[in-house]
Amino acid sequence: MWSRRQGRLRPTVCGVEELRRRRREQEAALRKARREQQLVSKRLLREDAPEEAGEGCVAAILGEAEVQQFLRQAQRGTEEKEREGALVSLRRGLQHPETQQTFIQLEGSMRTLVGLLTSNQALLQLEAARCLHELSHSEQSTIAEACLPATSYLLTYLSGHSSDFIELCLYTLGNLIVESEAVRRQLLPQGIVPALAACIQSPHVAVLEALGYALSQLLQAKEAPEKIIPSILASTLPQHMLQMLQPGPKLNPGVAVEFAWCLHYIICSQVSNPLLIGHGALSTLGLLLLDLAGAVQRTEDAGLELLACPVLRCLSNLLTEAAVETVGGQMQLRDERVVAALFILLQFFFQKQPSLLPEGLWLLNNLTANSPSFCTSLLSLDLIKPLLQLLPVSNVVSVMVLTVLCNVAEKGPAYCQRLWPGPLLPALLHTLAFSDTEVVGQSLELLHLLFLYQPEAVQVFLQQSGLQALERHQEEAQLQDRVYALQQTALQG
Amino acid sequence: MQLPPALCARLAAGPGAAEPLPVERDPAAGAAPFRFVARPVRFPREHEFFEDGDVQRHLYLQEVLMQVADAPEKPRVPAFACQVAGCCQVFDALDDYEHHYHTLHGNVCSFCKRAFPSGHLLDAHILEWHDSLFQILSERQDMYQCLVEGCTEKFKTSRDRKDHMVRMHLYPVDFRFDKPKKSRSPASVEVPGDSGERSEGEAMEICSEPVAASPAPAGERRTYSHRSVSKLFLKHVLNVCSVLRILGCTWAAALLILNSER
Repeated sequence: MWSRRQGRLRPTVCGVEELRRRRREQEAALRKARREQQLVSKRLLREDAPEEAGEGCVAAILGEAEVQQFLRQAQRGTEEKEREGALVSLRRGLQHPETQQTFIQLEGSMRTLVGLLTSNQALLQLEAARCLHELSHSEQSTIAEACLPATSYLLTYLSGHSSDFIELCLYTLGNLIVESEAVRRQLLPQGIVPALAACIQSPHVAVLEALGYALSQLLQAKEAPEKIIPSILASTLPQHMLQMLQPGPKLNPGVAVEFAWCLHYIICSQVSNPLLIGHGALSTLGLLLLDLAGAVQRTEDAGLELLACPVLRCLSNLLTEAAVETVGGQMQLRDERVVAALFILLQFFFQKQPSLLPEGLWLLNNLTANSPSFCTSLLSLDLIKPLLQLLPVSNVVSVMVLTVLCNVAEKGPAYCQRLWPGPLLPALLHTLAFSDTEVVGQSLELLHLLFLYQPEAVQVFLQQSGLQALERHQEEAQLQDRVYALQQTALQG
Repeated sequence: MQLPPALCARLAAGPGAAEPLPVERDPAAGAAPFRFVARPVRFPREHEFFEDGDVQRHLYLQEVLMQVADAPEKPRVPAFACQVAGCCQVFDALDDYEHHYHTLHGNVCSFCKRAFPSGHLLDAHILEWHDSLFQILSERQDMYQCLVEGCTEKFKTSRDRKDHMVRMHLYPVDFRFDKPKKSRSPASVEVPGDSGERSEGEAMEICSEPVAASPAPAGERRTYSHRSVSKLFLKHVLNVCSVLRILGCTWAAALLILNSER
């Protein structure tokens, strides 16, 4: 189940260094895009049969005359193979932005293509859909908008039975959706939400993954919280999405990744999260987290973090809802195995993907903040020491680790007794040496709680040059008051 | 980061919540200048906290683009013909056959042999074209259901329904799967003014379909003018005949007679 996802696409033959360089460039570009809130990615399904991909898979740019010729051949050719061949040639040409521009500027071209898309010749239909798919990959919204005449048909075909074709339509729709608000403004009244709700009942894994992709693109739209998410929540989609996330033999990782991201976009928009909690989102996601931790233990597979990330986010955000407390009068999520699972994932992130540590710690904060039970679990499962081992990773991680420890300490003497003696005080003395104000500030808060509920700690603090550690920060504006207060406590103790 | 060995065992064991230690807060804990309050945190959509995870997600999506080179080849099989009566299409790949079957034979009207993209549209067609009770009822109440999945509106006439689909659902005026029923005469054909291009294109389809049954999908009136396409029509009839001759079909002869009467 958790073995490496068998995509239909395999890695290119390319030097490892070259791949790494490309990936770094890509990452930099994506970060920039995200900061500008322009993060857009598309999926391209390209299936060139090996013999066609013979001499350099790069097809030539087509001029106006050629585009016209291929269209005419496709429409009026005598032999079926000839017509198909014309569309294949057109499709290859459409890999180029220049050909795409030429195509949409040619009068009647889209009309012809839509005619072929809706023709009775199954293979022509498929090729025409592939041409549309190439167009959908364009980064220009004018080209996406040129595809508007086709959308009602793409939606109609979603309730068909040919799974490859449906998959292609879904990826095409997903690409068009993300490119242009005009496309979304048309697709919503055309009934994309009911069409997806019907299609999600398909038994085909490839169709479900494509649907998840298209839905995730729809949910990322800027106007989604007001215009899209309410109708999605009102449909049967949430229940089906949660079903796709239930651990068990039917869970498909590729499908689960897409729907987990869909859920994340819905939940972080905070439209109506109690509804999702009512559908059992918390327990489903909690069980999935356990399943993920189990998978991490069994295999070294990279790729699990693609699913872990949105699951962590969903759980964390859902835990902030008041509804979490009121259902049955207690938290829906009480199983301490969730804490065990989370730490297994934290260790996995520590080794494979440290950038996800903050997200894991965010969940830990939300689990422990208002829960004496989970704080007790942290102590009884002996997790304080591993938590402290994360301190050196980064300032952000340090602050979060210290915050979680504060969550435990603030519950009172019974908790602080279990934090002392132990590695906590030495760790705090160490973080007091940091220069980051937030890290030091959080350390001061924790020290305060420790001194309050476990006064014996003061002596040892003094013996280990604690005062000098404090002095370092007494000029810092944001820390002064707290430093002074602690110095007083220490001296009086 | 080293986890205690008992942790895995805990994960494998059954569900359970720890019995919480007693909570006992001192008011001095939250007294100024200290300000810590334990609280769950929420992050909204665009928060920069999500940057790293979002970038990973998009790298994943784009990887599918980068690794484009080797698509697995379609498994080829010895050529075989579609088994549906009257269909002479031949295939050498199962995927192609699957798509052909679903497109042309999947949702077929048993009355007029028209093929539809979905069961939903087939049902609507049968009701509106072949159900006499429907005709009777529609004189008294709104029976024409909107074709958009999820919309429950009904209308008195197919024209009203089309207006609704165009206005409310932004569907194209010439939506191919919603043509009004017109009376059919098998040997005569007229071309609708605006879709000359398309109808010519569709004339091709006679090649691979049994000519006795028109393969047009829901409501689509494939109509051709005598004058403008008769030559083309004849050419295709001949193509069909040569194919059919090979297959030994006898009604090809009938078709020739029909054509020669023009």
